[in-house]
Amino acid sequence: MTASGGRPRRSGDKLVRPYVVTDGRSEPSRNTLDLVTLLIATDDLPLTGLSPEKRALMELCRPGALSVAEVAGHLSLPVSVTKVLIADLMDSGHIVTRAPIPSARPTEARILQEVLDGLRARL
Amino acid sequence: MGSAPASEDVASGDVHLPSSVQTAAKILVVGHFAVGKTTFVGALSEIRPLRTEEVMTEAGALVDDLAGTKAKTTTTVALDFGRLTLNDSLVLYLFGTPGQQRFTQLWQDMTRGALGALVLADTRRLGQSFDVMGVLEELGLPYAVALNEFDDAPGHDLAEIREALDLLPETPLVRCDARDRISSTHALIALVEYLLNRTSDTSDSELEHV
Repeated sequence: MTASGGRPRRSGDKLVRPYVVTDGRSEPSRNTLDLVTLLIATDDLPLTGLSPEKRALMELCRPGALSVAEVAGHLSLPVSVTKVLIADLMDSGHIVTRAPIPSARPTEARILQEVLDGLRARL
Repeated sequence: MGSAPASEDVASGDVHLPSSVQTAAKILVVGHFAVGKTTFVGALSEIRPLRTEEVMTEAGALVDDLAGTKAKTTTTVALDFGRLTLNDSLVLYLFGTPGQQRFTQLWQDMTRGALGALVLADTRRLGQSFDVMGVLEELGLPYAVALNEFDDAPGHDLAEIREALDLLPETPLVRCDARDRISSTHALIALVEYLLNRTSDTSDSELEHV
């Protein structure tokens, strides 16, 4: 049921080269994903038809939010491959992201102040 | 049941962010090989630090091979990172990354949206920090320098080191022990204070750009 058709393949993970996981693509279908983009899995869509890697990604994200980098780390996949998978899952509505930090100055100052307060509180 | 193995931590819980978290910020921890980046990230992170990798393709411009195919080298660059949930809605990620000049593509990806960088330096090998600082300056990412105090490192005073590193007068220079959470937190605080001052100083005079 994937775009490439129903060619059966074993899920062997590490035996599969990254470009196989992504159906040969090296660029995600959208370019808005950052290492710290926060991902949230939607609950209502079935996982039927997803590749083993996408299914694993969904199962990883369902209990709560994680960043792109964390998903890559937990799944032991390179960041670039992970981004391709995530972009597909966003296209199919399985994953939504929290809006990235707006780059406007006042917002950045506010975030820096919050970071500073948060770090000081840890001392 | 997933077939790809997620790391063991996932099963034991505590890896996910609270649902109230809205914003993720990132700070880079950079420096030459074996300067203590991973140790630093590990001392501060609330989760077991994770490692991921980015596969980079470098065009082999100077390589001329007989088959006439364009030679490309693939390099795997490891990223170690950790996480600090700072309040109900804000999480900070720290990325430790190698500072080699040739990984420009990775640098650009990492620095996009980053608040700033902490350069870890070793007084025994100060010269090796120039590369890293050069890349940060090129990319326009503000940084502070933290001297990771190795036990056998010669004790120099900060003024000497500042001069040796040719730092701008406003660039913070602090000492830290990357193994120690409190000491490492102080180093990050020095960076963030600098970033904050910088933001308020430049908001009037400086326009957009980056």
